[in-house]
Amino acid sequence: MLEVQNLQLTLNGNSIINGLDLHVDRGEIHGILGENGTGKTTIANLIMGTNNYKPTAGKIIFEGQDIAGLSVSQRAQKGITLAWQEPARVEGLTVRDYLALSRHNGQADQLERFLLMVGLEPAQYLDRDIDATLSGGERKRIEMASVLAMRPKLAILDEPDSGIDIVALPLLLNSIMEMNKQGSSVLLITHSERVTEISHRVSILCAGTIIRTGPPAETSLWFKDNCRTCLHINEPVDEPK
Amino acid sequence: MIRYSVEKEYQGMIDAYEMAGGDKRALQTKDVAKLVVHENRVLANDPIKGLKIETKETKSGVSVKLIVEEGAKIPRPVHLCFGLLPKEGLQEIIMKVDAKDNSEVSVIAHCIFPNAVKVIHKMDADINIGANARFDYKETHYHGESGGIEVIPKAKVKVNKGGVWQSTFALSQGMVGKLDYDFEVVCLEKAIAELTVKVYGKGTDDIKIWEKIHLNGAGARGLAKSRVVLGDKARAEVRGETYGNAPYARGHVDCIELVNGTEAVATAIPIVSVTNGKAKVTHEAAIGSIDRKQVETLMARGLDEDRAVDVIVKGILR
Ligand SMILES: Nc1ncnc2c1ncn2[C@@H]1O[C@H](COP(=O)(O)OP(=O)(O)OP(=O)(O)O)[C@@H](O)[C@H]1O
Ligand SMILES: [Mg+2]
Repeated sequence: MLEVQNLQLTLNGNSIINGLDLHVDRGEIHGILGENGTGKTTIANLIMGTNNYKPTAGKIIFEGQDIAGLSVSQRAQKGITLAWQEPARVEGLTVRDYLALSRHNGQADQLERFLLMVGLEPAQYLDRDIDATLSGGERKRIEMASVLAMRPKLAILDEPDSGIDIVALPLLLNSIMEMNKQGSSVLLITHSERVTEISHRVSILCAGTIIRTGPPAETSLWFKDNCRTCLHINEPVDEPK
Repeated sequence: MIRYSVEKEYQGMIDAYEMAGGDKRALQTKDVAKLVVHENRVLANDPIKGLKIETKETKSGVSVKLIVEEGAKIPRPVHLCFGLLPKEGLQEIIMKVDAKDNSEVSVIAHCIFPNAVKVIHKMDADINIGANARFDYKETHYHGESGGIEVIPKAKVKVNKGGVWQSTFALSQGMVGKLDYDFEVVCLEKAIAELTVKVYGKGTDDIKIWEKIHLNGAGARGLAKSRVVLGDKARAEVRGETYGNAPYARGHVDCIELVNGTEAVATAIPIVSVTNGKAKVTHEAAIGSIDRKQVETLMARGLDEDRAVDVIVKGILR
């Protein structure tokens, strides 16, 4: 479904993404584990086309087409979407309208359902604005609800767990699995091993490249043993992929 | 009462009114006061108890006298609808408002020019708000997409002791064309004036906004607020002036202009002045750009860029 080949991005002379290869299968939840600053958000932006990022080299192939030259809207219309690590606040846009905009064309789903899936009481939230008055965790959950409402082919979730309390986390993870069951592939970006448990495969990101891909339990363990204690922050360990 | 000969014209106005976001039912309900003017013809004039609307058709428009009787509290908003359906024409509205002491009314005006290619719409209003009276005025414009329109609303408002004037002028649907908005309010003792203008300029729209508030009575309060969003090659000059001329007068000028793209030009000129040592007037003016991340947030849900910008602008101007 998604095939990223030898992706590179250089910003202001700094090489941020270094020959990254990534493969997400149809129907897969693919976890990306990486410490701070390893390039997780950058990859999300490159695949979605946001933040004005254009690959310095490499290919991003979605369903057989190189999408690197497409606009954000065109990519979304092909079925890709992104839940931001820090979602934007929009004055004057209600949760109801935001979810309705995201809703897949022609779908009659009730917006309430998507809020319930992320543990928010619809009556309390539908008429509120997605502005600065929402707490960080509330805004993140609404972001997730809007991705659910879109029913994308590929959802890129950038740290969906950050700012989410331990009571809501299982709900959120459930909603991701539910979305996956309904047919969405997921690129699940996180630095938490707990979150990668719901993945089918996990890749470890270090210094803008994938250094290891494998089953969640084993790969997370390797991450814990190596990356958590790594002294060469953002210098890839000498380890075969 | 609707004149039979103009029934078709009236229907045209009602349809355009609805297209512009107006609630059509309000124009069809019996116990709601309304006035519908097309070009220089009065198509409907339904006053209600406590509110008189006198009209006189002139060569180029209509002269309107709106009187709210002393102590009258009008329960439902009064609807005014001015417009011109053909592509060309001139409409001059001369408006005299007399809201007598202790009266209360809310007026919603829709100005509709859906097909304007070469249209001029002028309004000259002389407004008197009586002691402890309250007057809410909301004017919304709909201009169609050609931009061939010139809108010149001018008002002089006097708010007597303890009276309240609140007005919102909104022009965010269709092209603005040329706008020259000029509202001036004088507040006497403990009177309150709030002027709000919300405009979305695109193409080669040319926007001038001038809000002036004179706080002449002790304890008077004023707010001159403007929200302007500009795209393409639109230009806007916003002047917000507030003068504190009496003790304990409080005023504020609040102007935000957002520019989308590189060719639009926004200017803000706040003027605050105090001639009484016990008055206080403040201002804030900011010119910025539309937040890229907000736009991309909506684009990532499948909206194309123009639509995403529109949604965000609607939110700002709401
Ligand atoms: N414009 C830029 N110029 C130089 N370096 C940049 C620029 N933008 C980002 N970076 C660097 O790129 C690296 C990757 O950033 P990115 O936001 O992708 O990290 P991340 O893995 O998402 O981290 P976190 O876990 O903190 O969210 C960081 O070291 C960051 O400082
Ligand atoms: Mg990040």
